Amino acid sequence: MSWFKRHKEGITTSTKEKKETPEGLWSKCTKCKTLFTADDLAKNSYVCDRCSHHERIGSEEYFNILFDGGKFTELDAKLTSGDPLKFTDTKDYVSRVKATQKSTGLVDAIRTAKGKVDGLDLVVAAMDFSFIGGSLGSVMGEKIARAIDEAIKIKAPFMIISKSGGARMMEAGFSLMQMAKVSGKLGQLAEHKLPYISFLTDPTTGGVTASFAMLGDLNIAEPEALIAFAGPRVVKETIGRDLPEGFQRSEFVLEHGFLDYIVDRTELKETLAKSLKFFKN
Amino acid sequence: MSVYLDFEEPLKALEEQIEQTKEIGASTEVDMTDKINELESLLSEKTKEIFTGLTPWQRVQLSRHPDRPYSLAYINAITDGNFQEYHGDRSVKDDKAMIGGFGSIDGQTVMFIGQQKGINTKMRQYRNFGMPNPEGYRKALRLMKLAEKFDKPIVTFIDTPGAFPGLEAEERGQGEAIARNIYEMMRLKVPVICIIIGEGASGGALGIGVGDKVVMLENTWYSVISPESCSSILWRSWDFKEIAADALKLTSTDMKKNGLVDEVIKEPINGAHRSQEEMFEIVKNSIKEYLTELSPQKADKRINDRIEKFSNMGVWK
Ligand SMILES: [Zn+2]
Repeated sequence: MSWFKRHKEGITTSTKEKKETPEGLWSKCTKCKTLFTADDLAKNSYVCDRCSHHERIGSEEYFNILFDGGKFTELDAKLTSGDPLKFTDTKDYVSRVKATQKSTGLVDAIRTAKGKVDGLDLVVAAMDFSFIGGSLGSVMGEKIARAIDEAIKIKAPFMIISKSGGARMMEAGFSLMQMAKVSGKLGQLAEHKLPYISFLTDPTTGGVTASFAMLGDLNIAEPEALIAFAGPRVVKETIGRDLPEGFQRSEFVLEHGFLDYIVDRTELKETLAKSLKFFKN
Repeated sequence: MSVYLDFEEPLKALEEQIEQTKEIGASTEVDMTDKINELESLLSEKTKEIFTGLTPWQRVQLSRHPDRPYSLAYINAITDGNFQEYHGDRSVKDDKAMIGGFGSIDGQTVMFIGQQKGINTKMRQYRNFGMPNPEGYRKALRLMKLAEKFDKPIVTFIDTPGAFPGLEAEERGQGEAIARNIYEMMRLKVPVICIIIGEGASGGALGIGVGDKVVMLENTWYSVISPESCSSILWRSWDFKEIAADALKLTSTDMKKNGLVDEVIKEPINGAHRSQEEMFEIVKNSIKEYLTELSPQKADKRINDRIEKFSNMGVWK
């Protein structure tokens, strides 16, 4: 639930902003500070050529990286949040959602789409961390549920690209129950013997980790992604000492047995296609 | 000694007055019956007044009341002691914050599972304050699978301030353990009844909380986060816990109203903590009712209904 922390804006994630970027604009790697043109960075899947740092990107970028020719059909694009609890903290939920929609150009924290990856059908649900920290609310739960129905209908494998701080507090109990809802739907997908690939990217924490992100037939991750149930700050407070180097990063999680492999984003598409072919052939 | 929360103080005063009056009656041999009756009816009125006007935050406080019964107390009472505890996840260790085993309700074998809090300082630490590690969730799942194999229904008691956020818990896959339980519980062939008896904090609660009947005792809470943590995150201060408790709609009444739990089990008028025996009886009868309703169903339908129920949760436009 770390969305409220101000993360440095590395790469702009919304389509609208990207289009407005004049060609030749420089973009700085958030880790090693090397300068790249925005175009070069996009061509390298937003991975730093020098230090391999994976910039945080959004659904649009992932769809473009994954789907053949950048072509895909978006599902349930307009599904938007209700306000079941009339939730107000320092700001009322409805205003928060509207303001976020305006600033990001997104409708909620996940987009779902179908298309082809190396000629193979795939339904993908990709989160946008820029939208209230990629938080899991009713819209995310319902969009994933419907995307699974679509995968079953067209007999395609299903993939979730997680990038989330966890639950959406403003939907409280409704948010919590999405964990159960999506898990139930994944069971239906499994009954149809359709593979589910969980792709964990930086960061994947809280209720997303404690449900569908850990339930893949294959769990795969980007390098150095934070993957946690309780975030590092909470764990540090609990144990009262500093955390070991690399704690809760992809490589650590792989070593402890919870990931099948880690894949560099520049090799994501071919690696994923390879896995999908094993299931298919 | 009983513990009284601040809003219960008027009851403590009256109870003490009744005690004193009884003592005076006994030592002076003056008939104090009228006085005692008067005080007792006053106590009953006051109890009703306090317990029918509880705020969400007061209910949160009651859910954590130190005199409130914990899972093993329910199990022992409901089975009349005919219960056997089973240990271990068969992989790492035995988690003392999660207990389970077969027990009998009037001749019917049931698998009981629950988070367990400690009854004193030493036991609270031993039970890790009811915060399970991954082993706890894996033990719970092992026992649920055991029940399924032998066609026995499952009853879970939920009472946790959360899954333990420790270093080893993360290393051993707290997220995966909870996720696996949610997934597998959704597909259990046998009836599953989940009862929130105290605190239902987030994924740590849901990890044993997927069932055909998910019910809350009246003075409990169930939500995605505790009011304190919610206050600290959204208001950046611990001072808004009461407002957060309101905003989260975490009481049994609100959770039922929003269709997120199936039923609310009424507590005795002065709360489960003051009338434990009565509470045990009510819970036992409720479980028997649910079992009568759920047992005849076909497994396929039961699983479909369970998935359908959770699939319908959510509000969107
Ligand atoms: Zn770099």
